[in-house]
Amino acid sequence: MSRRHMQNLWFREGERVSMSVHIVTFAINGRDVSARESETVLDVARQNDIFIPTLCQVEGLSSVGACRLCLVEVKGRPRLFPACVLQVEEGMEVQTESERLSKYRRMIVELLFSERNHICAVCVSNGHCDLQDLAQKLGVTHVRYAYRNPSMPIDASHKQFALDHNRCVLCTRCIRVCDEIEGAHVWDMMARGIKSRIIADLDEAWGSSETCTNCGKCVQVCPTGALFERGKSVTEMTKRRQFLTYLTMMKEVPR
Amino acid sequence: MNSEELDKIVEEEKRSRQSLEHEICVCVAAGCLSAHSEDVKAVLEKEVKQHGLGHQCKVKGVGCLGLCASGPLIAVEGGEKRTLYCNVTAQDAPEIVGALGKEPVKRLQLPESIPFFSRQRKLVLENCGRIDPERIEEYIGVGGYSALQKSLNEMRPTEVIEQITRSGLRGRGGAGYPTGLKWSTVSKAVGSRKFVVCNADEGDPGAFMDRTILASDPQKVIEGMIIAAYAVGASEGFIYVRAEYPLAIKRLKTAIHQAERLGLLGKNILGTTFSLSIELRLGAGAFVCGEETALIASIEGKRGTPRPRPPYPAESGLWKSPTLINNVETFAHVPKIILEGGDWYARLGTAKSKGTKMFALAGRVKNTGLIEVPMGINLREIIYEIGGIPEGHRFKAVQTGGPSGGCIPEQHLNTPVDYESLTKLGSIMGSGGMVVMDETSCIVDVAKFFIEFCMSESCGKCIPCRVGVTQMHDLLCKITDGAATMDDLALLEELCDVVRNTSLCGLGQTAPNPILSTLQYFRDEYIAHIEKKACPAGICKISGSEKESA
Repeated sequence: MSRRHMQNLWFREGERVSMSVHIVTFAINGRDVSARESETVLDVARQNDIFIPTLCQVEGLSSVGACRLCLVEVKGRPRLFPACVLQVEEGMEVQTESERLSKYRRMIVELLFSERNHICAVCVSNGHCDLQDLAQKLGVTHVRYAYRNPSMPIDASHKQFALDHNRCVLCTRCIRVCDEIEGAHVWDMMARGIKSRIIADLDEAWGSSETCTNCGKCVQVCPTGALFERGKSVTEMTKRRQFLTYLTMMKEVPR
Repeated sequence: MNSEELDKIVEEEKRSRQSLEHEICVCVAAGCLSAHSEDVKAVLEKEVKQHGLGHQCKVKGVGCLGLCASGPLIAVEGGEKRTLYCNVTAQDAPEIVGALGKEPVKRLQLPESIPFFSRQRKLVLENCGRIDPERIEEYIGVGGYSALQKSLNEMRPTEVIEQITRSGLRGRGGAGYPTGLKWSTVSKAVGSRKFVVCNADEGDPGAFMDRTILASDPQKVIEGMIIAAYAVGASEGFIYVRAEYPLAIKRLKTAIHQAERLGLLGKNILGTTFSLSIELRLGAGAFVCGEETALIASIEGKRGTPRPRPPYPAESGLWKSPTLINNVETFAHVPKIILEGGDWYARLGTAKSKGTKMFALAGRVKNTGLIEVPMGINLREIIYEIGGIPEGHRFKAVQTGGPSGGCIPEQHLNTPVDYESLTKLGSIMGSGGMVVMDETSCIVDVAKFFIEFCMSESCGKCIPCRVGVTQMHDLLCKITDGAATMDDLALLEELCDVVRNTSLCGLGQTAPNPILSTLQYFRDEYIAHIEKKACPAGICKISGSEKESA
């Protein structure tokens, strides 16, 4: 049973449904949909099986609108909006697919591939990678930008896990899950722009981190092979994210 | 402090000024300080003492006199007369003191009738070069805090907002959002706590408007902030100033302290029930922290990265409370608008851009410095009359709006300076940087400079800005190295499009502007680099190009 179904059940049974919940109706791709006022366009699109590509967003964590893959068009507004943080409004007309959007999405994925060393053939996450899936789904067959081929280190100091900066897309999922769910805040971002890099504590070796609880949540939410379990070989690293759905649901259950 | 006590300070200041025959005002703003104006001031003080003029003549440090290129600048005021001296050295001091009350020293004199001065219209800068920025009494003496007095005693918050709305004032930070509308939004937002924030994280290369205001007349900004806080119902204020401005910070600290001492900040301002505290916050060197949501994160003690809007800070800003954020220059306009009325202010400028705008005029002009001109003035007037092109050189383009702006060529110089016209030309008003270029500048190189700036200042949060701008920079390097093909140019244009339309904040969204505007007007220079492997200005080091140009 999906998270959404569980949630709906709770609301159907309970008398604790807040009376202040407002329901709005709006359109996605010309199709009328209804939503609670507090929901985002991405929430509603998923409920209605409308696909919007995402990378930095994970259900259960806060949304940051950083990867720009979920950008959608809203009729009457010149700018594009990230669906993951776009609040629904009565009567708004959202378009999730257009030639322009597909082009931008493809280019953003291309840019990501050019940024670091994403070599699927030798990657532990080959076949289970969100970036790879996105490229396939969006039809990215070539990267036209020059590969930057940066020299990036691997942090294998942790006894169970490892961090390969070459595969990192800086989505900050690991930072958020560690901060928001585990409450340890081991991870953070260092430097800025193209030099940005994920660090443990104050840029220490992960293995010597005093805040890390070895819970592995960061590894499981990582979309690529940047964070992985030691001992996994090419294609072997599958990620298990069920815990997030469960934890989020428990948080949302009215008490 | 109540209104009567404020009036008393005005009287005292008037009296002490009337007892003086002469005032020697030495510019102690950043430009002249770097030309050793402090030394000049010290010698002047010594000379005045030696001449036994201590009681009739006062030497004081003042804010920017404008023509930074000719510093150190000194203004000698005596009775109705005001004499301006330029390029003054410590050796000139005895001569200047000797000439007090007599004929001015001709060889140093700078006539105030030159277009650099006569073309300007000073509202924000009215006190700059006249008052000591480290004495609140002098500010009060020239009418300072009377706008606050008027607001608190005679106007309701809604009336203050109405005057600002009527004035047509728009945000001077760059985007030009109507100030009255912003104030009204914050005033209507619901929250038990509200904040007012002054954005002094000026970071455009070559821009120093905010720095000059803060170092020359900090009280004006504080007064503007207090009025704004009263209008929107805020009780806490922050000034976010970049740490690279030590002088501005020092004077701001002094100014806040003095205002607190006089009860113009703190609890029960001017004896009313209105209270406001203002704190300084120093930026740690990130350009992106000038973007309002990143600035908020930084004040909250977080990593300074922008977040998607909406919600806008007016609704959910500092610690999720309604927050009014305006730029230094915007706040500095406020006291005058309150005193003279919104309608008076709206008479200045064009249909949609009112009042005056400050520019930091730099580059290939004779008179580099800080200017304040009425909106609607032509670019040509600014560049040729106020600035002046050096003999033997030919104007090529003017870059406005810093890294978010663009280059405007000769054929568009008759354009009036206002938000819409500059945007139409592919540039922006921006915060007020204005860099003039002549034939010795390579336009591709200029674009590369600004892209390099955006690349190193990108926060790295969103992909188009982090990677896209880096790729744009690499392509520009390829062009200036003479290694690019026409396909690279097409790719560059495609990147400009994606970065502009998909980036998270203003930094990324406007980063392509320097490339797009130069491609619009100087495409042939790009093509010369690509196809002929030559840099027309001779700046880019393309192997073999020297042979061609010889």
